[in-house]
Amino acid sequence: MSLTDQLVQYLVTGVSIGVVYGVVGLGLTIIYNATGIINFAQGEFVMLGGMGAVALVNVGLPLPVAVAVAVAVVTGVGLAVERLAIRPLPATSIMTLIIATIGVSLVLKGGAKLLWGREAVILPPFSGTQPVRIGTAGIDPQRLWVMAVAVLSVIGVQSFFRYTLTGKAMQACAINRAAAQLVGININRMVSLSFALSAVVAALAGVVLTPVTMMRYSQGTTFTLTGFLAAVVGGLGNSLGAVVGGIMLGLLESLAGGFIDPLTGGMVSSGYNKAIALAVALLILWLRPQGLLGRQKKEAL
Amino acid sequence: MSLLELSSVTAAYEGLLALKGISLHANEGEITALLGANGAGKSTTLNVICGLVTAQSGRVCFAGEDITNIRADQVVGKGLTQVPEGRLLFGELTVQDNLLLGAYSRMSRRSRQQIQQDLEEVCELFPVLAEAAHRRADTLSGGQQQMLAIGRAMMSAPRMLLLDEPSVGLAPKAANEVFAKIKALCQRGTSILLVEQNVAAALKIADRGYVLEVGQIVLEGTAEELLANRDVQRAYLGKDYEEV
Repeated sequence: MSLTDQLVQYLVTGVSIGVVYGVVGLGLTIIYNATGIINFAQGEFVMLGGMGAVALVNVGLPLPVAVAVAVAVVTGVGLAVERLAIRPLPATSIMTLIIATIGVSLVLKGGAKLLWGREAVILPPFSGTQPVRIGTAGIDPQRLWVMAVAVLSVIGVQSFFRYTLTGKAMQACAINRAAAQLVGININRMVSLSFALSAVVAALAGVVLTPVTMMRYSQGTTFTLTGFLAAVVGGLGNSLGAVVGGIMLGLLESLAGGFIDPLTGGMVSSGYNKAIALAVALLILWLRPQGLLGRQKKEAL
Repeated sequence: MSLLELSSVTAAYEGLLALKGISLHANEGEITALLGANGAGKSTTLNVICGLVTAQSGRVCFAGEDITNIRADQVVGKGLTQVPEGRLLFGELTVQDNLLLGAYSRMSRRSRQQIQQDLEEVCELFPVLAEAAHRRADTLSGGQQQMLAIGRAMMSAPRMLLLDEPSVGLAPKAANEVFAKIKALCQRGTSILLVEQNVAAALKIADRGYVLEVGQIVLEGTAEELLANRDVQRAYLGKDYEEV
């Protein structure tokens, strides 16, 4: 395989993994913007989407139906999480609510393990395994699915916030709760909606990713942490930033995995690829604490 | 006719009894002023009416309906909208988005066309908002922001507007303009309950008024009566006994 082919291969792998981190970051951003909460169960929504779709295919549903039902069920889980774990708590401290989401993540993880066991499961690819040729390099078509779904999720979420009144009302809650209530916005309903929307994008990502990487009950935590990192590197609260941050992390991971070993003459093993991505992320935050696309908060007078 | 009526309302704020039994009423088509020093309980009174602070006892009635302790976002739907102290605009959104969100409580009941009509009407009332429609709200001057806060509240088509310190932080010229707009709103048919520290300016446009001290109403009367009252003159208008 020529160097160019290798490069194309690593770029595609990097972007397709990166957009998943980005979409998890996007989901985190939606909830964070509406409530100030970092939802540590976000990765579990991804995992549930993937594993749920597999379980539904296994009971005989056709793939498109299984995907749709899995996403719908995870949306229901998102709503239930908000209703049962977030709303009953007094909103006096954001930290309390964040810890509640950690509890939720443990419950969902345990539930998935009980229901589906410890084994990794896989979903059939959506459009076969015949590689798509780009020049002389062959690309797994499922990776193109991942990218397409991620792009659509980002466009969908951005349009929601930019062009719909409900999206603006959700932003209004984040900017000032009391003011939002005083124009007649029902805060509880907005928070509910943010969990639902966030669950939808996460579940979609989980479903399209499962044919590529398989899915295991314990995988949610990794998604949450990498997604959180993506959101912070991109600028916490900025939904486009989360995606940019995610793609950057994915690319670093993939390129480091492919090239660090030969480039350093075997001194640095390609197994350090995640550490390298993390180091670059830390460097960025050190140089630009507000993140790549984040704006520095102006102090109130 | 009395539109808003509070009877023996008590409320605590941050653990302290902030309202010790407030009874007052505001008439339809009038401007009612709620006066008093900092910490007298004026803002707490407005927040109890709006559902942001819970009343411990007593009753709040609006247009004959008991609205005591209903949720803040539901109060707006009853036709009672507060312009909060400090304006609390959605600074990162545009002027137009702020105005549209003002109509949020009516979105399900009214057509887009009607909302658009209301938007034009509010812009007619506050021409500066039409010019700045696509600017971010936090780029406006203080006076313009206050106009936007009032405009946003008007988008809910309230029967009564509750204004909390609309002149605070404004230059005298901008403050005068705001008071003139408030008067104009009342003449167009919106009843007003006005909380102010600028007692002279408030009584100039008000029909009736109340004076609050440490959570209790100590005086009540028409604007003329209050302006002529010695205690009011001494405490709030900076006049000595010798002068009067």
